[in-house]
Amino acid sequence: MKRYIFKRLLLLIPIVLGITFLSFAMMRIAGSDAILQQVDATGIALSQEVIDARREELGLNQPFLIQYVRWLGGFLTGDLGVSYISGNDVFSTFVSKLPATLFLTGSSMLLTVIISLPLGILAAVRQNKFTDYLIRTSSFIGSSLPNFFVALLLMYFLSIRLPVFPVISEGINLKSIVLPTLTLGIAMSARYLRQIRAAVLEELGKEYVAGEKARGIEFSATLWKSVLRSCLVTILTLMALSIGSLLGGTAIVESIFMWDGVGKLAVDAINMRDYPVIQAYVVWMAMIYVIVNLATDVIYRLIDPRIRLEGERR
Amino acid sequence: MIERVKNRLRKRSGKNRIKQRLIIFSVLVALLLLLALFSEKLCPYDPAQQNFAIALEPPGPAHLFGTDRYGRDMLSRVLVGAHISIFSALILVAVITAAGSLIGVAAGYAGGKLDAVVMRISDICLAFPGLIFALAIAAVLNGGVENAVIALAAVSWPKYARLSRSQTLAVKQSDYIQAARLAGNTPVQMILRHILPNIMGQILVTAMLDIGTMMMEIAALSFLGLGAKPPTAEWGSMMSEGRSMLQTYPWVVLTPGIGIFISVALFNLLGDTLRDYMDPRNRRETVKNS
Repeated sequence: MKRYIFKRLLLLIPIVLGITFLSFAMMRIAGSDAILQQVDATGIALSQEVIDARREELGLNQPFLIQYVRWLGGFLTGDLGVSYISGNDVFSTFVSKLPATLFLTGSSMLLTVIISLPLGILAAVRQNKFTDYLIRTSSFIGSSLPNFFVALLLMYFLSIRLPVFPVISEGINLKSIVLPTLTLGIAMSARYLRQIRAAVLEELGKEYVAGEKARGIEFSATLWKSVLRSCLVTILTLMALSIGSLLGGTAIVESIFMWDGVGKLAVDAINMRDYPVIQAYVVWMAMIYVIVNLATDVIYRLIDPRIRLEGERR
Repeated sequence: MIERVKNRLRKRSGKNRIKQRLIIFSVLVALLLLLALFSEKLCPYDPAQQNFAIALEPPGPAHLFGTDRYGRDMLSRVLVGAHISIFSALILVAVITAAGSLIGVAAGYAGGKLDAVVMRISDICLAFPGLIFALAIAAVLNGGVENAVIALAAVSWPKYARLSRSQTLAVKQSDYIQAARLAGNTPVQMILRHILPNIMGQILVTAMLDIGTMMMEIAALSFLGLGAKPPTAEWGSMMSEGRSMLQTYPWVVLTPGIGIFISVALFNLLGDTLRDYMDPRNRRETVKNS
């Protein structure tokens, strides 16, 4: 187990290098460097000599690879430069807004499990009955709605028509998180429901279920003790896979509800072409994603010893 | 005996029902495509015609979906929006399906170094949360529908490469492929004539199910200002434009949303049905029946 985690951590190195290199190169391809951006942002015309001197100072006249290595050094020590727009330190701004996003991600995940797990099981148990059709239809509708539309619909019905929740968030609190969480939770539950239903159905078709029935064990006991346990792996996989789209979704939902997290920070930065902030966001989100995936792989092993992890085979 | 006939009938009707659904949804999607194709001719008003005298009129007999703040007819704009939204999604899916599956089949068929390189590249791409990376690419490329499509293509092809590679590896060892190779087919012939046609079904189903998702993602990028830009009539950007009027003039925001919902739902219905139709479990039933 330790060896496996160690090996996976080693594998992170090329991925981190790939992610940072790609995003660094992309921001360079964007065609503009920090000096020109600042000139654009402030609107003050600088003479060519001043621009050259500033370039020299920031090392922007050096070869691309050397610049990358320097940037990577800064990245590893928590120095991501300053925002072109506000002039604030990018890394500390990012860190200060991260908890809000993680809070939103966590609450959406929780809501998704609360909605989709019981309903998914119910749909499977009542297969091809009215309940099943109703649940499946709702899940279908949910998965055909883009999340920004869901956000606007919720806003329209729950804060404009029925003023229950604030239209835009009033700080990081429980009342403000309800609508963003609902938006993300609805989209994800719609997707989970079908897969949980399918997983439970497949499990119910196995011989041991009939066997337990024949031995007179109550169906609910079979369902909760055996079937659900073996579905856990499927559900975990789903969650790990959806972390990526959830993080992407937070960007949109945060900027609609003005939830002050990194997603909104990134969308604002994108609109103002504030490249250091965009870069920090992309790199750190990718890192979080990779680390969550690693954690899921480890948890798999804890839940289901039958899964042999790579690196343990020999 | 009667039981058996009954059973057989029930099974056959199940399969027939899928076939029926397949036909119905194909027709509906075809109608949607026709609508999108000829939307300019079908819309009741010029979608770009501004008329401030009738700005922000609620839905009524003259303007079924109301008008926006420039007095443009919303129904016409939603109809014209179908053109960009649907066809950009179709082009995107076509590109990633073709590119991804060719790369995957080539990697799977050749094996060795090519395979290793392609798979590592797709590993790195899959290590990124897709939409976030697409956001960054679209930002670097400075927005526009074409750039949104490019950005999404850049992050979505690995899925198809993976799928087609694993399918290729599965059919590669089969006898008929070996026979075709012994018959002297070149690698290109092998891939195009023998492998691709055999794995196309699975890829096609995945692509069909992806159209709706991609339509939503393009709209999401436009909504964030990274796709189509106003005054272009595109659903995502129309909703973003009208966002501030949700409280007072909700139809400006909600009607394009309905457009997205209907088209995504139709493509998803067709995709789901196609998957059921191609599902080997259903196919086995037909074999037994025939």
